Amino acid sequence: MGIIKVKDLVFEYIRRDEEGNVEGITTAVDDVSFDIKQGDFVAVLGHNGSGKSTLAKHLNAILYPTEGTVWVDGKDTQNDAYLWQIRQTAGMVFQNPDNQIIGQIVEEDVGFGPENMGVPTKEIWERVEESLKAVGMYELRHHSPNKLSGGQKQRVSIAGVIAMHPKCIILDEPTAMLDPQGRKEVIRAVRALNDVENITVILITHYMEEVIYADKVFVMDKGKITLQGTPREVFSEVERLKELRLDVPQVTLLAHELGQEGFPIPKGILTKEELREALDGCVNVLF
Amino acid sequence: MPIILDKVSHIYGQDTNMPVKALNNINLVIPDGQFIGIIGHTGSGKSTLVQHLNGLMKATSGNIYFNGEDIDDNDFDKKKLRSKVGLVFQYPEHQLFETDVFTDVCFGPKNLGLSKKEVELRAYEALKLVGLEDEYFYQSPFDLSGGQKRRAAIAGVLAMKPQVLVLDEPTAGLDPKGRDEILEQIAKLQKETGITVILVSHSMDDVARYVERIIVMNRGCVMYDDVPRAVFRHCVELERIGLAAPQVTYIMKDLQAHGYDVGDDVTTIDEAKAQIKDYFARLAAAKKGNR
Repeated sequence: MGIIKVKDLVFEYIRRDEEGNVEGITTAVDDVSFDIKQGDFVAVLGHNGSGKSTLAKHLNAILYPTEGTVWVDGKDTQNDAYLWQIRQTAGMVFQNPDNQIIGQIVEEDVGFGPENMGVPTKEIWERVEESLKAVGMYELRHHSPNKLSGGQKQRVSIAGVIAMHPKCIILDEPTAMLDPQGRKEVIRAVRALNDVENITVILITHYMEEVIYADKVFVMDKGKITLQGTPREVFSEVERLKELRLDVPQVTLLAHELGQEGFPIPKGILTKEELREALDGCVNVLF
Repeated sequence: MPIILDKVSHIYGQDTNMPVKALNNINLVIPDGQFIGIIGHTGSGKSTLVQHLNGLMKATSGNIYFNGEDIDDNDFDKKKLRSKVGLVFQYPEHQLFETDVFTDVCFGPKNLGLSKKEVELRAYEALKLVGLEDEYFYQSPFDLSGGQKRRAAIAGVLAMKPQVLVLDEPTAGLDPKGRDEILEQIAKLQKETGITVILVSHSMDDVARYVERIIVMNRGCVMYDDVPRAVFRHCVELERIGLAAPQVTYIMKDLQAHGYDVGDDVTTIDEAKAQIKDYFARLAAAKKGNR
């Protein structure tokens, strides 16, 4: 069993009218199973309302399954006795940086998590230092968070999670509100954690370019995982993704459209270098 | 009704010992019927700037003229200005509050003091303009999907029949299809009604695809103000201030650097495709000539 294992997960929201009578049931997650290994980088795509965030909230026991089971590091999330261990194993970062920061000073904010866990003061400071260094925010440790840019705030949020020494970090659209530079900073920090610290990453995003670094991509639709594979496999399905209200990176789309015009270009081009090599190939074949 | 900004500055906390200059001597002319994009990193002054356009914020110094009249004159009708310059904030769906979508959209025009018939007509038109189907009109706005909510909120502003529509990151948090649908809808609206649209965005790809003019904000100043092609030519400078060119611009630059005879001032996929096809056509022609 990997760090996170989900088996036959179903989650239903019960909609009620003003008097509290049941109006209907919405199945937000519908029969999902997967097994994620320690150190994997998994990206989750899906249109608004496809069940991504609901799924993510099951991975650190914010929501509990209606049916099926979720294990985090081998612990069943439905067992209340494991709640705090699970929250420490799997940390979560949300979309809006302004909703997640509570400290007056960057380093205090990062220390909040370990302090609540009862970590000794000396160790808290060590953890704060290493976490801020891991996301490249150590120089700004004495600053007030509200003076930071969006990307910097998100990195502080991530540091706050890392300071709790999780084995897994779940990011729910962490870059949706950021400018291009902020997006780059956050993704770079996340990749470093994955590569260097071997922290398992589960990244939910609407930005297709952020997905190409993942080991594995899940595409969700109507609560189910409808497509999965490596980024190259998933992005080969340009038309299918468009049907699912999604997109592919610009370079993949350009390669795909050139392919349709008769250029002999392989499917699933992910970077500009790959496109250039494919075009070099075209030149050789054609001329 | 053109808007002219003449040496506009805005300082937050001017009376405190920590004043922050959010806008620094801005000069802009916004003529009728343009589709303009405003880009800039977080904190560059974009939102402060657009809130000056309908008088929500008052310039610390400088003047703003709407249709030739100074909006800070005592006898200037601010209420009229706000109905002419519609501002759609970030996450506008947080401002939905009525029991059903149609009533929510009626709220704006109703406050303009129009007749009931006129109010309902405008609400209906606005909902059609944003592409919401009749079946959603009498649903609670809170039961709609993210993209639909956002459209309902935009309709609420359109129902005021603004001459200038300002949208502050209208697609943040939407899935790619929802993003394209809203932007297509806005582009169509702009073309059909001839209103001025100002789009504040963090997505360079979107800005490149839709707008005819880009204003780049940096540290409260206008850094560039030109057509997309010309602005994205400065991609090194843009990166320095936390922005970027569209991915496709980098693709073409890379090809050019490796000996491909293609232009590097490409900003959309269609242009890139045309350039590459053209390059291969020329190769084919040259080969034929050599034979």
